[in-house]
Amino acid sequence: MTQAPDLPLWAAILTAFFLLAGSLITAIGSFGLVRLKNFYERVHAPTLGTTLGAGGVLIASMICFSVLKGRPVVHEVLIALFLTITTPVTLMLLGRAALYRDRTEQQPDIPRDFD
Amino acid sequence: MRRLLPYPGFAGALLLMWLLLSQSVSLGHILLGSLIALLATNAMSALQPESVRIRPSLAIPRLALIVLVDIFRSNLAVGRIILFGKPAHHRSGYLQLPLQLQDRYGLAILAMILTATPGTLWLQYDRSRSVLLLHVLDLVDDQQWIDLIRNRYERLLMEIFE
Repeated sequence: MTQAPDLPLWAAILTAFFLLAGSLITAIGSFGLVRLKNFYERVHAPTLGTTLGAGGVLIASMICFSVLKGRPVVHEVLIALFLTITTPVTLMLLGRAALYRDRTEQQPDIPRDFD
Repeated sequence: MRRLLPYPGFAGALLLMWLLLSQSVSLGHILLGSLIALLATNAMSALQPESVRIRPSLAIPRLALIVLVDIFRSNLAVGRIILFGKPAHHRSGYLQLPLQLQDRYGLAILAMILTATPGTLWLQYDRSRSVLLLHVLDLVDDQQWIDLIRNRYERLLMEIFE
């Protein structure tokens, strides 16, 4: 069983850099849920975590396990692929639901339905 | 052959995914992966999906590169708005965008691109009028966003799909 202390220094630094960068960006995205004003603005915030945030963490994972196991470990690419395919579905559903609600309640500043 | 293997490309992609997931290229996994790919693609044919016509061209790697760069840049831009933005400085709003792209798969890719770049949210697409409703976090100039999406993504997608 290989452990993290077996990582050479250069790999440890690279892994730490990408891991921290990815988690920092995800944290900023989550912080946006508190900071931004309305629903439509808040929906933008978590996409930071699903794109660059996830990317950073996945690259860190690839570097770490490729070096530890001495062979390329790339199946993290699949996580990125599935995230990219599935997030639009969730976001569109949320967006449409909010739009439907706001139109029914006749909120101001909501664009009218196409007719 | 066609009845047994209705979607060869899709079956190949599934087999590749299986081998990546199991992290092995042993004979057993190749057989198991092929079996799963065959079963899944045959189940898929019950849905009768439209066939995809992709024109192989340099537009595909160009679009991929542009999207990667844009995802990176818009992450930083939205991060800056979240951390330092004062409500008065950014203005979010809705944008109606007439699209020329008609292909369903092209539209799906455009939806993924727009959702994956933080700052733009795909809200509604009207097929009969080909109009897309977007929500943009930092809407300084309507026309600038319309030109950006048209010239950067839609033109390349139309090269690939139509």
